[in-house]
Amino acid sequence: MDETGHDDLMVSARQLRKSFGSFEAVKGIDVDVRRGEAFGFLGPNGAGKSSTMRMIAAVSPVSGGHLRILGLDPAEHGSEIRARLGVCPQEDTLDTELSVFDNLYVYGRYFGIPRAEVRSRAHDLLEFVQLAERAKAKVDDLSGGMKRRLTIARSLINNPDLLLLDEPTTGLDPQARHLLWDRLFRLKQQGVTLVITSHYMDEAEQLCDRLVVMDKGLIVAEGSPSQLIREHSTREVAELRFGVTEHSLYADQVADLAERIEVLPDRLLLYSHDGEEAIAKVHERGLTPSATLVRRSSLEDVFLRLTGRTLVD
Amino acid sequence: MSSSFELAVRQLDYWATVYRRTWKGTVVSSFVNPLLYVLAMGVLLGGYIAGDPAQLEGAPTYLAFIAPGLLAAQSMQTAVGETTYPVMSMVKWQKVYYGMQATPLRPVDLVNAHLGFIVFRLAMTSAVFAAVLAPFDVYHSLLGAVGAWLVAVLVGLAIGLPVYAFAAGAPNESSFALVFRLGVIPQFLFSGAFFPISNLSPVLEAIARLTPLYQGVDLARMLTLGTLDAGPALVHLVYLLVMVVVGHVLAVRRLTRRLVV
Repeated sequence: MDETGHDDLMVSARQLRKSFGSFEAVKGIDVDVRRGEAFGFLGPNGAGKSSTMRMIAAVSPVSGGHLRILGLDPAEHGSEIRARLGVCPQEDTLDTELSVFDNLYVYGRYFGIPRAEVRSRAHDLLEFVQLAERAKAKVDDLSGGMKRRLTIARSLINNPDLLLLDEPTTGLDPQARHLLWDRLFRLKQQGVTLVITSHYMDEAEQLCDRLVVMDKGLIVAEGSPSQLIREHSTREVAELRFGVTEHSLYADQVADLAERIEVLPDRLLLYSHDGEEAIAKVHERGLTPSATLVRRSSLEDVFLRLTGRTLVD
Repeated sequence: MSSSFELAVRQLDYWATVYRRTWKGTVVSSFVNPLLYVLAMGVLLGGYIAGDPAQLEGAPTYLAFIAPGLLAAQSMQTAVGETTYPVMSMVKWQKVYYGMQATPLRPVDLVNAHLGFIVFRLAMTSAVFAAVLAPFDVYHSLLGAVGAWLVAVLVGLAIGLPVYAFAAGAPNESSFALVFRLGVIPQFLFSGAFFPISNLSPVLEAIARLTPLYQGVDLARMLTLGTLDAGPALVHLVYLLVMVVVGHVLAVRRLTRRLVV
């Protein structure tokens, strides 16, 4: 039992703050991450996700509030906490002059893992991230997706209890993203607790059991993806495109056909329980959008609702 | 909680890989450079200079006079080379330190392990340099030669650690020009490696006496010539050791400020 009284709380933050000089990146957030869950921080660039992650990784001192990681205070027990964490930073910090294998090997040694054991784990992890054939290649010669997979393999070398992934798939092509998601899903199945930041809502929906939406250093919503969609959006969304025009001109004419509408530069969004019906009514009014689409609500819609902005800028 | 020593030793495999990919280049330069210096300055230039022990702080020949100076000066240059661009690379270009920081290692452990590598590099290059000088009959005794070698390593550390501290906090590599122009080159030329500093004007002599390189050159020279004077030798030794300790404190502080934000 740890000092907070909950020994399956992997992360516990109360009124957590981080400032850099006069700039407040995190303005007091409450977060609990339980053992075995996949937890997400969702938000646009500059929302405070990475600052939060660095504090949870026990490399960035807390500016205010209370933070316990694995039940320990990072200010006192940084080294012990980091020994049990796996960290996949936003920016790869691989040694590009070393081979793929050596990157894993030297990293495992930092945790004090015996040499023979590190070698065997490194081989297994290269299999796991499908890089075994590139073991002797220099990191410089790898593609972006391969480097990312290697960084994830490296973060697993100490069999972490808690894996922190800061925007794991940013900048990757769709194929590489799906491969990574598959590997992360397998880790979750093995019981590894995941904390993920992302500004991709599809990534968060795929991977996270529970997530918080952050905006300007604060948490603006919290729950499971489906819960958030249920609470903050309708079941379906009808999208109307009127070609190259000012879409706000049409807003008043369709406003009463949906529970809520959003005007984007290139389309109108009609939030409704029945999207097809909403589109039929639009046509009845003599309006002729150049394209229509009915889809289910996503976290993007939740974010739009909560912040008035799209997630990826 | 693991000891600081153990946490530093965990980085041995990393630094071994660094050495494996760089040793070939350093071995050639650490063998050829001293040979070129000794031939050009000691043998050829020295041929024009009368071997008057009274004028050369007790050295029988000019070659014997500059040998310990060259030994200490090359150690300074190796140390500055190892603590400028490589440190900038670890914090800024390759960001290897940031990867290390996500493990149980603390900034002080990163400094200690990197320092261990620098000591190893200094010990190797200075040993080769000292060995290359041996056939030229510049050592009064074997013990003196070994002593001068150790002093060369100490001088490298005394100068390298403050430079490490500077590099760990420097925004970019352009600030290194300052280190080379104001720190390395004037010390190299005017700290008694090539001529007795008593030839300088009294003010410049006093300044030269305060430089860490002079402290090392004079101590190394006492050892190679067999003219050890306990009082001044102790002052030199304490001076250099204090620089090592203060340099280490500064290096840890500046690296911590750079990494822990």
